[in-house]
Amino acid sequence: MTAVITVPASLDEPQFEQVLDQLAAVPADAKLLVDARHCRFATPYGLTGLLCLAQSRAERPDFAPPEDDDVRSYWARSQFFAHAEGLYTIRGTVPRRTGGNSDVLLEVTPVRDTGDVTAVVARIQEQAAHILTRTLDLEPRSTMLFSMTLSEAASNVIEHAGGGGWVMVQRYDWSKRRVGREVVQIAVADAGMGFRRSLEGSRARAVADRWDDAVALETGVVQGVSRFGDPGRGQGLKGIRGYVSKVDGKLTIRSGTARIAPIIPPWEEDRALRTGLAAFPGAQMHIVIPRRLATP
Amino acid sequence: MTTFDLASALAASAGVPQPHLVTRPVGAAIRLLIERQLDALAAGTVAVLDFSGIGVLDRSCADEFVAKLMLPREGATPARDGFVMLRGLHDGHLDAIEAVLETHGLALVVQLPDGATRLVGAVTATERALWEQVMMGASAAVEELAAVVGLAADEVHDQLDGLVRRRLLRRSDGGVVPLGAHAA
Repeated sequence: MTAVITVPASLDEPQFEQVLDQLAAVPADAKLLVDARHCRFATPYGLTGLLCLAQSRAERPDFAPPEDDDVRSYWARSQFFAHAEGLYTIRGTVPRRTGGNSDVLLEVTPVRDTGDVTAVVARIQEQAAHILTRTLDLEPRSTMLFSMTLSEAASNVIEHAGGGGWVMVQRYDWSKRRVGREVVQIAVADAGMGFRRSLEGSRARAVADRWDDAVALETGVVQGVSRFGDPGRGQGLKGIRGYVSKVDGKLTIRSGTARIAPIIPPWEEDRALRTGLAAFPGAQMHIVIPRRLATP
Repeated sequence: MTTFDLASALAASAGVPQPHLVTRPVGAAIRLLIERQLDALAAGTVAVLDFSGIGVLDRSCADEFVAKLMLPREGATPARDGFVMLRGLHDGHLDAIEAVLETHGLALVVQLPDGATRLVGAVTATERALWEQVMMGASAAVEELAAVVGLAADEVHDQLDGLVRRRLLRRSDGGVVPLGAHAA
């Protein structure tokens, strides 16, 4: 029997939890149909999350794509279908990628090795730097720090996930939201071993009274502990936290059954740590960078 | 002095066609390449690593390349020889390099676009003051430096020894001299 996972009409980070809640109720070896027919909006976090979902299953799931032509077109331009075809059995036909979308700064891109990370950085520097400069009002040299953040996040997938992952970058006009300005969202997601397993052999684990996904996230993200004993390790996440904090951005990382928000800006309300979430493999990082405020 | 153009070195090394120093494996590859070239230099030669053609440098790569290049070169009994200066750095490079140097308690001499030099990384105010005095071409006589920075002569002696061990100054004719030219 096939279990149906319904993708909500709007698929951003909070709504992806609804997908995972449904998934938690389904046996690990059950045949799945991921039904996105009524989905009207998906962010990089949602799209990369759906790819991770397929990777987490023993049996190749089915996928029912959105019915709305505009939505299907956007998903195609974002390269979602191109990658989903390798992971899902797609019911029906989906459009080929046609034309670009200037709001998509980086389409859904696989990250499997160092060359992929270098290519992602080159792509942002060569093709999206001018958009970042305009959208975020970054000084041209600050796009380097943006790319550095992207690079560190993608490198973490290679070094710690034990398998490949996905990255996507998209800009949005959030002038009607509380933040009141344009933002760029970065999603970096994998369905690998996650923080808890990655840090299982660390000294921090050895001396911990309690060890679960939440403790592992705090250990890795806040304390900067790496599974490698080298004292220079942990620089990547430290750099990401520093940059996101400096630009008034938001950072969240979900792994296993926990989610940590080490950087919560004044324009957003969130909980620093959530526990007891539906289990999902790997780690899913979400970064939101708002446009720089004009200095008075 | 011998200058190494890192962008050219990166292009020549296999599989790294982009001028970006990102990820630990790329950092390790470029370090091994530069280490081989440093080992071939005459003793006491100052190697200048030129970042001019480099786009993005992330912290992981900076740690694997710059910090691990310098760690075996400092201390009382360093495992490797050679002096290193950096130039052609933009603010993004400096952010990454300063962070990793501070993590390891290291410091380096950086040449600015106008030719001036400065210390980056983990240095104390006293070390910086002494280093700047030497850079200014002031007499490196311990007594005179002691008077300028307000320390006892034996403390200045120890501090200068430390700066030499950290590869931020060189010994010459019983005294200390900068890695590059004195400041104008």
